[in-house]
Amino acid sequence: MNNATASNASAHANLAIKAECRNFGFHYGDFQALKDINMPVYDKKVTALIGPSGCGKSTLLRSFNRMHDLYPGNRYQGEIIMQPDNTNLLAQEVDPIEVRMRISMVFQKPNPFPKSIFENVAYSLRVRGMTNKSELEDRVQHSLKGAALWNEVKHRLNDLGANLSGGQQQRLCIARALAADPEIILFDEPTSALDPIATASIEELITELKEKVTILIVTHNMQQAARISDFTAYMYIGELVEFGVTDQVFVKPQKKQTEDYITGRFG
Amino acid sequence: MMQTQDIQAIRDIIRRAKRWDAFFGVLGILALMVGVLTFMTLFVDMAIQGMGRIDANFFTNFPSRRAEHAGILSAWVGTLLVMLVTGLAAVPLGVAAGVYLEEYAPKNWLTDVIEINITNLAGVPSIVYGLLALGLFVYQFGFGQSILSAGLTLALLILPVVIVATREAIRAIPQIIREGSYACGATTWQTVKDHILPYSSAGILTGVIIGMARAIGETAPIITIGALTFIAFLPPLPFTGVPPAGLLDWLFAPFTVMPIQMFNWTSRPEAAFQTNAAAAGFILVLMTLAMNGTAIWLRYRLRKNITW
Repeated sequence: MNNATASNASAHANLAIKAECRNFGFHYGDFQALKDINMPVYDKKVTALIGPSGCGKSTLLRSFNRMHDLYPGNRYQGEIIMQPDNTNLLAQEVDPIEVRMRISMVFQKPNPFPKSIFENVAYSLRVRGMTNKSELEDRVQHSLKGAALWNEVKHRLNDLGANLSGGQQQRLCIARALAADPEIILFDEPTSALDPIATASIEELITELKEKVTILIVTHNMQQAARISDFTAYMYIGELVEFGVTDQVFVKPQKKQTEDYITGRFG
Repeated sequence: MMQTQDIQAIRDIIRRAKRWDAFFGVLGILALMVGVLTFMTLFVDMAIQGMGRIDANFFTNFPSRRAEHAGILSAWVGTLLVMLVTGLAAVPLGVAAGVYLEEYAPKNWLTDVIEINITNLAGVPSIVYGLLALGLFVYQFGFGQSILSAGLTLALLILPVVIVATREAIRAIPQIIREGSYACGATTWQTVKDHILPYSSAGILTGVIIGMARAIGETAPIITIGALTFIAFLPPLPFTGVPPAGLLDWLFAPFTVMPIQMFNWTSRPEAAFQTNAAAAGFILVLMTLAMNGTAIWLRYRLRKNITW
């Protein structure tokens, strides 16, 4: 593993690192869900986390915005260092709210709030204390455009978010995640509840978004990882088996285990 | 390939199994009827007995020694004012406690003990609350035999109902909505204020009104704290006294409430007073039904825009 990281890192020496897991581990109570994860997340690239169910990829993703802090009995080990300020996101003295203001998240099932389309997007701004109406309108419009939803909803911003189709709801959630101008967006299997057409539009959107923001995505769908990601991490039972440039991981994986998984021999 | 006689056998099995369906269906209807018919009989009987007595004067007259002049003015005004105090006290306390338990409290043995206590509180006989209130509100705090004492007593009585309703309404909110809010960078209070309370308000309101509908008919604790049974004047209307101290005069006024007025009339020997009691009972049940109706309507209205 360390060799693999090293070789890739040298191949991408010109890339900036946005965040990095260092000896990262995670416990749900007594159960060790993740151990000894060392992995870079490159700036303005899409990094995909793949692996069979229960391998810990969602657990890893949700550590980046300290989602586990919401539940008792969870424990982090090691560090997740965020650049350029070199902050350890997991440190006791770092407020999880600060982390979530820098790193936003899109969930597996679209979860718009039972509020209007406008208020859904504006919420990220309101928690940051923005009250100026025209400023809010500008930012909401900008975010909806960024999420490729503006043209579909510009005449009904006061409709409920729940009245949109599944794919539109997920793009609304992406707009909500974008509104706050995050440094990283976490996607937790964002298309697993969507039909193929909606999936294609979300994938296209993610590819556009990486111009501006770093993306970390968990996916069950290996074709999706191959299509949209620049880097891929293959995980198995709480460990990072292989990390590398997506093309390499898929075409010429260094570990037999990775090859078995991506060729469908197991998983 | 299936033979005709096999199909016949399957049909026989289904027919025999379905007998139990029919049996339980009938049993269920009978069980339901025991409750519904008992209530309907009581209600209709009261309506027939008291209907002739209900006219405008019945609502605008004070109690009187002469049954045909006696009315429920002081009783219904007293009931409304006591309910106002009950609502104003029970809603903020109960909702705050429920929100705390669901959203803030760490899950440990202490919270478990508190939970069990709240559930048990709901089962404490109401007269015990009356005794508590007599010692605490009437004497210790010196509120006297007043609307304030009665309202606070009934508030204590329905507090567990409000807490439990609040918690259930909050639990109905999917975790993914909560996570969505936190992922935006919201604090716990922002999540509560912007999401938890708005989305659970229908359930909370329903619980509050059902609690109030129970409190409106409570007699024992009100008698215990010493409500008057014969009162021929009205308390000052809320917030109408001379400011500043006068604004709260109404809270300290003596009062009576509907069930006590009924109780007073039923203990009289003359038949005409029994008619009055039936009429007052009819009005009281209508008040309760109106509250429950409001609860259903509010729940419908508030939930219309909430889908996950």
